[in-house]
Amino acid sequence: MTRALLTGNGAAAWGARLAGVDYVPAFPITPQTEIIETIERWIEAGEMDARMVTLESEHSMVTAAGAAAATGVRVFSATSSQGLLYAMEMLYGVAGWRVPLVLVNVSRGVSAPVTLEPDHQDVLAARDSGFLQIHCSTCQEVLDGVLLAHRLAEDPRVRLPAIVNLDGFYLSFTREPVEIPSPEAVERFLPPFDAGSTRFRASTPIAQAVAVLGGGPYSYFRYEMHRAAEQALGVYAEIARDFARELGREQPAVATHRMDDAEIAIVMIGSFATKAMDAVDRMRETGRAVGLVRPRLLRPFPRDELQRVLSGARGVAVVDQNLSIGQGGVLHAELSAAIHGQPEAPPILASFIGGLGGRDITTEEFFEMVEVTRAAAEAGRPPPPRLLYTEEELREVRKLQGIALAERHEVGPGEAHASRAPEGSGS
Amino acid sequence: MYRIRLHGRGGQGMKTASRIIGSAFFAEGFEVQDAPRYGAERRGAPIFAYVRASLRPILERGVIRRPDLVVVADESLVQVPAAGVLQGIDEHSLLLLDSLEPAEVWQERLKLQGPVLTMGSQAEGSSELPTVGARCAGAAARLVGVISRSALEGAIREELAGLGDTVVASNLETALASFDAFASDEGRVCPPEEAQLAPHTAPAWVDVPHDAAGISAPDVHGAATSVQVRTGLWRTVRPEIDAERCHGCSWICSTFCPDGAVLATPEGVPRIDYDHCKGCMICASVCPHHAIASVLERDAS
Repeated sequence: MTRALLTGNGAAAWGARLAGVDYVPAFPITPQTEIIETIERWIEAGEMDARMVTLESEHSMVTAAGAAAATGVRVFSATSSQGLLYAMEMLYGVAGWRVPLVLVNVSRGVSAPVTLEPDHQDVLAARDSGFLQIHCSTCQEVLDGVLLAHRLAEDPRVRLPAIVNLDGFYLSFTREPVEIPSPEAVERFLPPFDAGSTRFRASTPIAQAVAVLGGGPYSYFRYEMHRAAEQALGVYAEIARDFARELGREQPAVATHRMDDAEIAIVMIGSFATKAMDAVDRMRETGRAVGLVRPRLLRPFPRDELQRVLSGARGVAVVDQNLSIGQGGVLHAELSAAIHGQPEAPPILASFIGGLGGRDITTEEFFEMVEVTRAAAEAGRPPPPRLLYTEEELREVRKLQGIALAERHEVGPGEAHASRAPEGSGS
Repeated sequence: MYRIRLHGRGGQGMKTASRIIGSAFFAEGFEVQDAPRYGAERRGAPIFAYVRASLRPILERGVIRRPDLVVVADESLVQVPAAGVLQGIDEHSLLLLDSLEPAEVWQERLKLQGPVLTMGSQAEGSSELPTVGARCAGAAARLVGVISRSALEGAIREELAGLGDTVVASNLETALASFDAFASDEGRVCPPEEAQLAPHTAPAWVDVPHDAAGISAPDVHGAATSVQVRTGLWRTVRPEIDAERCHGCSWICSTFCPDGAVLATPEGVPRIDYDHCKGCMICASVCPHHAIASVLERDAS
């Protein structure tokens, strides 16, 4: 085992390398590309024995990943944002094939308007696809998450593909100390893939994922995916125990920080959760009973565990780095459904939308979210959903709109015009 | 916790400098976080990178708002608002500029409360500045005062491995010379006591109003607005045409220019649009008569 500085992308590549993946279909996209570049270099240098193929799109990439996984080899791939959206049809497809593979998603806000910076809109668009989801908050968790995901996806009780999610920039391009386990320790945790009945061969063709009409068979096959995902909760608990034993780190389905006597809990996923941890520590220093709950597993949704760790809390501040347009925060809605009607359920579930498109969430904002939630708990009335957005940010947008308006007046509405030749062009 | 921000232009090696500093801290037993920050990456555009180092696990993330040390590899960035060089600088922050002008001039010009240091790059005669990143890294390592010369050396060897012995040697020479030159400023960077953030000032949150779609759709209504963006500010090196040597075959330089910044008069004489030329110097490399010279921006007429 060595401890080295790795970016989140580097950690993802190390995860694939240590998992001994056989096949890596690839397509570049910022901020993911460093992952496939790193793997490509290792293969080129003979340090990694795998086959990489660059496909012509993410749609084909996920198709190739699924087809390869159906032959019984270990498959890894990576994408981000628009790439994940472009592959969406095949995410549902290969999940329905019931093939295990691991797809890393480097979160980036989706277009339009276009951005490069992160939020969780992209990965949550894949929420209902049948891919299991592991969400990381440190570069270490990225490496560990890839190993856990392979083991989870390949378990015969589950056999569903899995996404490992890390935030663009905040993890993808950020180096942190990461423990790189020895190949021997990894192999004890993650033995070579035993494909069992997954043995698709050209010489012995089978029909993969046939058409079913009438609804009855269709309902059965779809619900079996759901059953398998539910099973994955128990399976994850088992493999997390194995992971702790062989690799020495706890990676529970729901991570908690200072929740023991917490009256107010912050619930969120992703790398900003370490900022929440820092804020919780500072608030604890001033005697406030605050804690943090971070589901690492989002699919399957660890409903019972969330109920358990939140039971008895007076209020919960849910921070969503996503926005279901016309509804609100996805995590908030899911958590509401999970705890509704449960004895001891926190009476107040406050919804905060923040960190969209890489927008920072400051320590003071964590303090304030906790204060708002506490005040709501005192008053016994949930606060309205709140976008973390300051007067200054709105002023900045108004300024840009002012410029756009002036420009529009100058150009006139819908008027066709030739592009202006720069000065000195002489034409 | 040490919080360091490094500003430069794409291609000057600020990301590498941040990694060198990060690896050196790590070798000294610190927990480290280092990262570059950029948008649509391109050579010459303002970029920055940052390093956090602490003896305890680092939970902070993202851009450093209150830096202890700001290193600026290119003084022309100070006047580019989008580069944000001076953001969050207060009386405790040390500003280190790669500049031939003395520190006092900068202190006065920028009206700074905190200390300012400069390092000159006179020795560099060529239009390339291959080791400015190493010079920044060497200086920063000495200024924080907890990085040894050998840790700096090890970090450079580690981060530049793969670039070849010559590159490693020249960067080592520059970085170590810079490290030695700042001996009398060792430990000038002082991280403040970790602030007790309670009682805090509540953020000025605002309810975002509903605007009509005509206002709230992200449209740009003006045409040819890219003309307004003076990408010439990204340039560190500029092409200068020698009229004596120019044969007027402007279809070559103007065609190869990726930004349409080489314009031609009706007589076919090429002219460079310095408002938009980014200084990639492709025109100089394709000119068959060697009539285009590379001139350092700060030496330009």
